Amino acid sequence: MSAAALPFRRQLLWQKLTGAGFALPAFLLLLALHVVPLLVLAGLSFTDYELGVVTFEWVGLDNYAQAFSDEVFRRSLVNTLYYVAIVLPGSVILSLLVAVLVHQRKRTRSFYEIIYFLPVTSTLIAMATVWQFLLHPSLGVINAALRKLGFGEVPFLSDPDLALPTLAMIGIWQLVGFNMILFLAGLSSIPRDLYEASAIDGVGNGVDRFLTITWPLLGPTTLFVIVTTSITAFKVFDTVAVMTKGGPQGATEVILYAIYLEGFYYFRTAYASVLTLVFLTFVVIFSVIQTFVLDRRTHY
Amino acid sequence: MAQLDLRGISKSFGDTAVLRDIDLSIADGEFLTLVGPSGCGKSTLIRIIAGLEPQTAGSIAVDGAPIDHLRPHERRVAMVFQSYALYPHMTVFQNLALPLTMARLTMAERLPLLRLLSPRRRRIMAGIGQEVGAVAEQLQIDRLLDRRPAQLSGGQRQRVALGRAMVRHPAVFLMDEPLSNLDAKLRVHMRSELADLHARLRATFVYVTHDQVEAMTMSDRVAMMHGGRIIQLGTPAQLYDRPANLTVAQFIGSPTINLIKGRIGRDDAIEIPGGRIGLATGLPPGAEVTVGLRPEAVVPAPLVPAFQDPVRLPARLHRRENLGPEQILHFDLMGTEKAGLTCRVMGSETVVADEPVDLLFEASACHVFDSAGERVDLPAPVTSSPPPVRPVAPLAGGPGA
Repeated sequence: MSAAALPFRRQLLWQKLTGAGFALPAFLLLLALHVVPLLVLAGLSFTDYELGVVTFEWVGLDNYAQAFSDEVFRRSLVNTLYYVAIVLPGSVILSLLVAVLVHQRKRTRSFYEIIYFLPVTSTLIAMATVWQFLLHPSLGVINAALRKLGFGEVPFLSDPDLALPTLAMIGIWQLVGFNMILFLAGLSSIPRDLYEASAIDGVGNGVDRFLTITWPLLGPTTLFVIVTTSITAFKVFDTVAVMTKGGPQGATEVILYAIYLEGFYYFRTAYASVLTLVFLTFVVIFSVIQTFVLDRRTHY
Repeated sequence: MAQLDLRGISKSFGDTAVLRDIDLSIADGEFLTLVGPSGCGKSTLIRIIAGLEPQTAGSIAVDGAPIDHLRPHERRVAMVFQSYALYPHMTVFQNLALPLTMARLTMAERLPLLRLLSPRRRRIMAGIGQEVGAVAEQLQIDRLLDRRPAQLSGGQRQRVALGRAMVRHPAVFLMDEPLSNLDAKLRVHMRSELADLHARLRATFVYVTHDQVEAMTMSDRVAMMHGGRIIQLGTPAQLYDRPANLTVAQFIGSPTINLIKGRIGRDDAIEIPGGRIGLATGLPPGAEVTVGLRPEAVVPAPLVPAFQDPVRLPARLHRRENLGPEQILHFDLMGTEKAGLTCRVMGSETVVADEPVDLLFEASACHVFDSAGERVDLPAPVTSSPPPVRPVAPLAGGPGA
């Protein structure tokens, strides 16, 4: 080794140490706030720990076995997926439609943007209370209107068949504004030239224009909206906790509400850990789809 | 093939008038260039012809039939955009085929999945494939048909944009600054290719550019626009040799025309700083004029021009640009404040710097513009009584004094 190489190597090492030093605080925070709690969570899922109890014992996969044979958990998982299946297409298609319509407005555009975005800015817990009043069978405005129109009373929240779809409608109402903003951003990034060129090339009507230019070029935006909407819908909790508490007859039991009940109502921390891990698995799957598919096929 | 007639086209955005009463007839197969500085309305005019923008007043006709009520694709026009406007999510083939598929397939045959049901579609697509192939071959992009626009170079994208215009065999090609995104060398090359293409297709071309070289080199006729009006319409030679006003004179030609402020003297000649030009302008004595001189009309004295009776202006060399076959020489006129003259001389013969020389030009080479900037047509140069040359004594100051 030459004499000159040694100081150079020492300098390189020093640079690496400096870099690591700068990264260290963020790394420690990540460790303390994300990684360690996750490991603790995973560890707890193999025990019989309950909140407040001093000792615990290892029970192996007992909690998992119980979870997957538990009727309530299975129902809450199915209900959650059912909820996602309504909210996802509903809010994506509706927000795309709204965005395309709002985008063509010139003077009134910001007015519509604000109107549709208002639900996003509100606190869902508070709004859920408002919705509960609106939907109330005897006191609510909506049923009063239905009675006036001769449809009779609809028990939105107390009919097991209607409760979850009703919550899904509120979920769509809350998400449309946010998705609309994302779609509007996507629409703005489509060059006007392309619409003009296509008009000359014979893309005459709105449907053709949408299918030939708008929809394909919104592909990246759409995928992003789908993934974020899936995750948000999967996390449904506020409306259930305020309006139905899982009822009627378990028709609106969803994953996050089940976790909340097990962990903070019955204090079965270990069992709640298992449910949390299942929940996280779904979120990770959505995120992985976003990361890989989004990066792969969306750059023109 | 088509003749294009514009009658009284006006366009305003709110209170701002962009085009004022444009009348223009473009002959079948003609290459007409709209040239002018940015904001002169040339792009708006071509967009109105394309149908992308409605005119405020006036009418457009192709072969005598008005097309004002027709939508862009019904007008038998094709347009090449400055940005090329290629569809980024489609391959080159799909980009070229789109105008044909839109015209020949029904709505149902274009819809995803549903289109697989139509046997007619397959037959039509085969025909379209052949036509696209033929156009691609003409433009030498047949190897690129599977690529996306993002995978192409600027020149290749330009060709695809041209191809997309060609597949429909339009009567009129509209080109909105198609070469301005290319590098200088490619631009020169594409200039001659476009001229060849025009000769081959024999279609009517309307070409918009702010580059006077493109206007001069490719066009049959040039319409110079300024402030929403056509201020001169003519062949490139007419615009260069007989500019109708100062704006045209300054815009056309590189290096820019020399302009010298002068005034009509008592004997009808034009008095300019450092000398006088014996031209009868018909203007009253004392009238302000501007004299325009093309750089190649001015020759520095040591180069011995074959002029009969030249005007002489003493000057001093300020800067020299050697372009190889020719030189651009910038002179300061002696005895004036910052007035200069640019000469273009062939070869590399040298004029010694820092030594006063006489600049020679013939009175007949002068363009005279009145105080409003309009061309003054000269009956004939005043040659009967040659005015005495009055050289101003060289000043002691250096160049630019």
